[in-house]
Amino acid sequence: MAVIALDDVWKFFGNFPALKQVTLGLEPGSCCALLGRNGAGKTTLLRVLAGLSPFQRGSIEVLGSKVRSAEARRQTGFLGHGIGVYEDLTARENLRFFGRAAGAKLDETALNRWLKRVDLARVADSPVRQFSRGMRQRLALARTFQHEPQLFLLDEPFTSLDDRSIAMLGELLGEAQARGATMVLSTHQIREALAIASHVALLDQGQLRYFARRTDEMVEDPRTLYRIREELGIL
Amino acid sequence: MNGLSYAWAIARKDLAVEFRTKESLNAAGAFAIVILLLFSFAFDTASDEPAELAGKLLWLVFAFAGALIFNRGFAREMPNECLDALMASPIPAASLVVGKAFASFVLLLIVEAVSLFACGIFYNMNWTRRLPALFIVFVLATWGLSIVGAVFGALTVNLRLRELMLPVLIYPLMIPLLTGAIELTGALLTNQPLTPDVLLWGRVLIVFDVVFTSLAILLAEAILLN
Repeated sequence: MAVIALDDVWKFFGNFPALKQVTLGLEPGSCCALLGRNGAGKTTLLRVLAGLSPFQRGSIEVLGSKVRSAEARRQTGFLGHGIGVYEDLTARENLRFFGRAAGAKLDETALNRWLKRVDLARVADSPVRQFSRGMRQRLALARTFQHEPQLFLLDEPFTSLDDRSIAMLGELLGEAQARGATMVLSTHQIREALAIASHVALLDQGQLRYFARRTDEMVEDPRTLYRIREELGIL
Repeated sequence: MNGLSYAWAIARKDLAVEFRTKESLNAAGAFAIVILLLFSFAFDTASDEPAELAGKLLWLVFAFAGALIFNRGFAREMPNECLDALMASPIPAASLVVGKAFASFVLLLIVEAVSLFACGIFYNMNWTRRLPALFIVFVLATWGLSIVGAVFGALTVNLRLRELMLPVLIYPLMIPLLTGAIELTGALLTNQPLTPDVLLWGRVLIVFDVVFTSLAILLAEAILLN
């Protein structure tokens, strides 16, 4: 069973087609790097998959359910452009609230483990408004990963992270992959994305122009992707 | 977790944030007291019937102060796109709206309690004579205001002029609720008997609450996704 199955999906903003005829399937344990220029439709596709943005044509199944079903949402970890944490709550309160919201029963030990994992244990009880951008992003990662979802939808997860935090995110993604979780991540950090991706998808003007398994050649020389883009006539 | 416990989680989170920042509580409370104070100068509280006046004035003040609270309800979810995080979670949209309404309800009740106390001082009026009945009226009318405020707060959250649009949209809808609350509060503050005519307004409040709570639950998903 495909974890994500999109069939001929169209999404319009007014008359403007933000997604055109997108058909895509991902098997359990896959990690799809969603690449494309700004405005290609990466964020829109992730928002549609997360059930945050209605689509007009086609069909989408997430984990065998409809895209807005409670079951699909329970098993999905979504990290959007906005990091989705409250400035006036502490790091611990944010994790506790979103853990409950996701239906996970996280005790204090589990919360402390996550806070330590994302290197926020010493500021666990400080309000998020005092955090740097990188600290907020790490907290957002803990929020997304703490309930151990089966599907991750990550929009630019590497943003604002320093080298150590990028390594930490790589570990989190690796562990999630090891337990069979599926991931779709949009990014401009091609090197980091290719290191963990099993598939590569290229979006251009709302169209899925390329979808294939990631090859070793792509990892060794990310310019391979630029060549593919040129061959497809993507400017 | 069921829908109600999700709503309770949202309300608790909102109240925790509000009691920490006191953004809307301070604004709404200060606004209510200033208006009551100004009107106490405008009217001759010695010759006019202060309790009769207070019934009308109080609910207009609560409606305006309420708008300050309702505006913050969903606006609080905009920084860092927290609304997306909530909508992507298994929390039902209806629980989100009802939870927001409950948080506003608690905050508005606090503002109302303070206002009633201030009203007693400014207008030299005894409001404690029929307190239990007054409390029931306040609870019914405040829930009506809060649920309408939450629904329209969700509708206007992405508008640039939401502070202006929210009151423009909700006040016409609130007319039956405010009329009922004014009639009942006036009768209770002036210690008049609750005749069937007056009690009819109590039913209006109940029907209003039931209708708008049901509509909020049914339409929440469509409102928040569009």
